[in-house]
Amino acid sequence: MESIIYKVLLAFVGGGFLSLLAQILIDKTKLTPARILVFFVSLGVLVYGIGLYDPLYEIFGRGVATPLLGFGANIAKGVKEAVDKEGILGALSGGLTASSAGITLALFLGLIFSFIFKTKQKRM
Amino acid sequence: MKRITELKRDIRFVSFSAVGGYEEGIGPLGKNFDIIDNSGKFGQKTWELAEGEMGRICLNTSFTKSGLSHTDIDIIVAGDLQNQCVATSLGLASFGIPYIGVYGACSTCTESLMILSSFMNSNPDIKYGAAVTTSHNSAAERQFRTPIEYGGQRSPSAQWTSTAAGSFILGDRGKVRISSYMPGRIIDGVTSDGSNMGAAMAFAAADTIKSYFEESGEKSDEFDYIITGDLGRVGSDILYDILKNEVFGFETIHRDCGLILYDSEKKDVHSGASGCGTSASVLASHFLPMLEEGKIKKILFLSTGALMSPSSLLQGESIYGIAPLIKLEYIEDI
Amino acid sequence: MDINEKKRLIKKHSPKSPIVKNMFFAFLIGGLICALGEVIFIIASEFFDEKTSQTIVTLILIFLAAALTGFGIFDKIARVAGAGTLLPVTGFSNAVVSEALDSKSEGFVLGVGAKIFTVAGPVILFGISSGVVYGIIYYLYTLFMG
Repeated sequence: MESIIYKVLLAFVGGGFLSLLAQILIDKTKLTPARILVFFVSLGVLVYGIGLYDPLYEIFGRGVATPLLGFGANIAKGVKEAVDKEGILGALSGGLTASSAGITLALFLGLIFSFIFKTKQKRM
Repeated sequence: MKRITELKRDIRFVSFSAVGGYEEGIGPLGKNFDIIDNSGKFGQKTWELAEGEMGRICLNTSFTKSGLSHTDIDIIVAGDLQNQCVATSLGLASFGIPYIGVYGACSTCTESLMILSSFMNSNPDIKYGAAVTTSHNSAAERQFRTPIEYGGQRSPSAQWTSTAAGSFILGDRGKVRISSYMPGRIIDGVTSDGSNMGAAMAFAAADTIKSYFEESGEKSDEFDYIITGDLGRVGSDILYDILKNEVFGFETIHRDCGLILYDSEKKDVHSGASGCGTSASVLASHFLPMLEEGKIKKILFLSTGALMSPSSLLQGESIYGIAPLIKLEYIEDI
Repeated sequence: MDINEKKRLIKKHSPKSPIVKNMFFAFLIGGLICALGEVIFIIASEFFDEKTSQTIVTLILIFLAAALTGFGIFDKIARVAGAGTLLPVTGFSNAVVSEALDSKSEGFVLGVGAKIFTVAGPVILFGISSGVVYGIIYYLYTLFMG
């Protein structure tokens, strides 16, 4: 039980810290939210590429896997495994394969929900 | 360069109305609005059509108040915030009145009153003319910013586009006269930050106000108020800073429609209201009634527009501002 | 009035974002979402392997964010949370679903179909493009060094 609480706490700290970092980027630079997302996905690929991601993942678990950094790292991991298996062609096939479930679900839900829900006007 | 035109014809506000949505209804001026639709949909299926319908309802209310019908109106000058002013075109089509569409961003209200009074001044055959201005929060968010359900944070300098319309019928009766107008110049607002448009427009407002007093030779203490459209908190503060040594007592007689429409104590309004419906609805629901009752006698009214497009912002172009001005006076008939 | 004077005035009068408050809520809510992810992961791990459990976490969070977007609740949380809801996959899901709901009035093909990619498109594009670059570098590395 204790180790479970410990793991959840570490995920909280990891995810919280990355979000805080992104918040500073939004408030202090002129980066728009869309650019922040792109930045962190690409950063995820880089962090994985230089071998930093796995040690972080071991410590923080979902704290680094759930933010878009993990999304990027997942793409890099998929690319690496595909290159190991099928050579240079893996550089093209690995990324989307690894991230396919999340992307597909988000897009599919977008389509389905656009049938069901209507937008409501914003309130202050 | 001569910028002020004195109107020789006695052109007056026959009637005027304001229509708004939920936030406007619960605001300090809510009870003065003629119609409030809390859904913001005005019975339409899209936000874009809702904006047009809001303008139609608003003009219809002015018809009812004046006892006139659409066949009495010779010309209509109107505009909104949507691409190609399509809300106004679709909303006002059913009246069949000759129409001039105006895009002045948030300066549309003053710009259309200026154009309309100029038409009427030069052509005495025009007995009655109408001006309508609308903006809709949901339609503007969709066009200029992000989807309505998108989760984002607003910058403290950001303004809230109002869901509001103002309509005015000008003719030869009424108690408030448009006595002169002055078109604005295109002034560089030096920022390309779309969430700080009040700041960008402040320089245009300063240019118009300064030029007006220089050219007319009038004194600021002749006026009850000098009113700007939607500079908000940030823009108003910049304007005070610029004009503090130029226009005597400016801060005390200045009012900004963007700071009047919502209650900044109770609501998370950030810098204030924006959108061309802001100045139109505040003029129709607040300042014109005060003028008509003779509580105030003379005002300068400027709507302030931020001249930009979503593309120009993405391309990093600076936001230019414009601030046309009209002078309104209470006329006591003997 | 020259440009620098105008810039000075804008800077002087523009309020700063409440950065400490924003940072606090970004940390709190971003952290809570990841903690929720960890709880889901621990439960899923009882039944599935690590990779599948990780995918389940992503899918459940995407679903929750999509549903909150549909019911019009997500944007209210995000107004406080800022990057706290943006950075976890919840932000990606919200961007996709909000675009879809918003553009329905423009039709399903060029409305929903095209605009659903407004934010998702850049994320996927730069994600997979970085992946391709990394893949090529990694391939060359294994070729010469491996």
